[in-house]
Amino acid sequence: MASDIGVRAPGFAVAPALLGIALLVMPLVALVARASWGSFWQDVTSPEALDALWLSLRTGVAATAVCVVLGVPLAVLMARSAPKPAQLLRALVAVPLVLPPMVGGVALLYLFGRTSPVGQLIDSLWGVTLPFSTAAVVIAQSFVALPFLVLSVEGSLRSLGAGYEQAAATLGAGRWMVLTRITLPMAAPGLVAGVILCFARAIGEFGATALFAGNAPGITQTMPLAIYTAFNGAGDGRDAAVALSLLLLGTAVLVLVCVRAWRPGALK
Amino acid sequence: MRRSTPAALRTLALLAAGTLALAGCAGQQGAQEGEAEGSASPTSTLTISAAASLQRSFDEIAQEFSAEHPETAIKAISYDGSSTLATQIVEGAPVDVFASADEKNMAVVTDAGLGQDPVIFATNTLVIAVPSGNPGKVQSLADLAGATTVLCAPQVPCGAASARLLENQGVSVKAASQEQNVTAVLQKVIAGEADAGLVYATDVAGQDKVESIVPAGAAEVVNSYPITALGEQPGAQDFVDFVLGPKGRQILEEHGFGDAAAGADG
Repeated sequence: MASDIGVRAPGFAVAPALLGIALLVMPLVALVARASWGSFWQDVTSPEALDALWLSLRTGVAATAVCVVLGVPLAVLMARSAPKPAQLLRALVAVPLVLPPMVGGVALLYLFGRTSPVGQLIDSLWGVTLPFSTAAVVIAQSFVALPFLVLSVEGSLRSLGAGYEQAAATLGAGRWMVLTRITLPMAAPGLVAGVILCFARAIGEFGATALFAGNAPGITQTMPLAIYTAFNGAGDGRDAAVALSLLLLGTAVLVLVCVRAWRPGALK
Repeated sequence: MRRSTPAALRTLALLAAGTLALAGCAGQQGAQEGEAEGSASPTSTLTISAAASLQRSFDEIAQEFSAEHPETAIKAISYDGSSTLATQIVEGAPVDVFASADEKNMAVVTDAGLGQDPVIFATNTLVIAVPSGNPGKVQSLADLAGATTVLCAPQVPCGAASARLLENQGVSVKAASQEQNVTAVLQKVIAGEADAGLVYATDVAGQDKVESIVPAGAAEVVNSYPITALGEQPGAQDFVDFVLGPKGRQILEEHGFGDAAAGADG
């Protein structure tokens, strides 16, 4: 592993680094400081809070699964295509990153809404209307989270290069075997990082969900929406909002630590 | 000279909204930078926070006020949900006038020791908004139960009023979505995603993409709008007085708001 000699960060990096960490951590400290611990337990164990947390976890996992199923093949395609098309694909994938999530929500509503051609087709085929449904939450979360997974996996594939894959191919391995025995195991660290980012983004999703899926307790009211709704209740709603924020924060950290602990080697 | 024309304000709001959206989602809205430079003659500048439902009327009132009070410039008006505005004010946002869509959120501000004696300046009642053509065939509150209905969340002023109206009329509605503000409800109806929604009468005034139905019992559920000056900024009380005066009242009436007396007791 890397030795300590000659690779330590230069001294002048310390001050900005500490400021950077402070910028990230101090708001959370302020949040914790504002929590009213007297009602904390009651707030986080209320049926509404638990419904919202359970819904957030279910939709977050579902959205992450959707992103893995769609995103890994897309990343492989991008990493192994010619520079021009790869650039175009990367730009397209990055769109949800720069798009305000609320705009994404409006766009999803226009695409899948019940007055749109696509929405009407879905309705006539399966008798389903997407807006105001749990499926809409998963779609909104997948929309905003997919770029994180794709870019992370693609980055790790690209940095590895195609050398091992070419070697395997010259030794007679077929494309499928190269993909499953060489490419994916080597991309595993990128995949784990991508899954973590993707899940974190999905579970924190607010704007697109609010616009596209709405805010119905137990159906589309995920934690961020429950927090905003509680916050909008004047007076004592604020305490509940802070308590719910801490509950979401704690749960997300727990899930992410578990994913981290899950060694890339176990992926194969 | 007036630098804070509504057009400039609108551009500011647009810029601010864009910045906010990029930052994630609508959350904290800080004080907006006005166009303070230039040879402005005003000796005082006001920052105003007003409930989202007041936007059209307050834009007009601000214009009229500036014409009458050249010594006071209006720096910016932040329109947002009353509870968001109340939180910002309590947490120290430099606001000179606060106009809330309900008394509960005004109480959040006055309980924090800010603002003197809020006065009710307008009232609002609820209507059923349906998309043009009324695809859900909604005629009354009772029809809402069987249709895709969107309401305000009970935590926000319009949602509290909706819950009271439905309870008074003995109707139980399971909302497809509980929106955070009345504008979101209206947007879902305009987009045709909802068959119906309960919104304020002022929201549908002059709106041609929706039809509105005044439900039975609407007149008994009156939402009152209080206003107060915060701090000692000269001109703040002038603005409050202007809103309460004949010109302010006339503009509010034109936008569908009711007389303040209607909600004086509740």
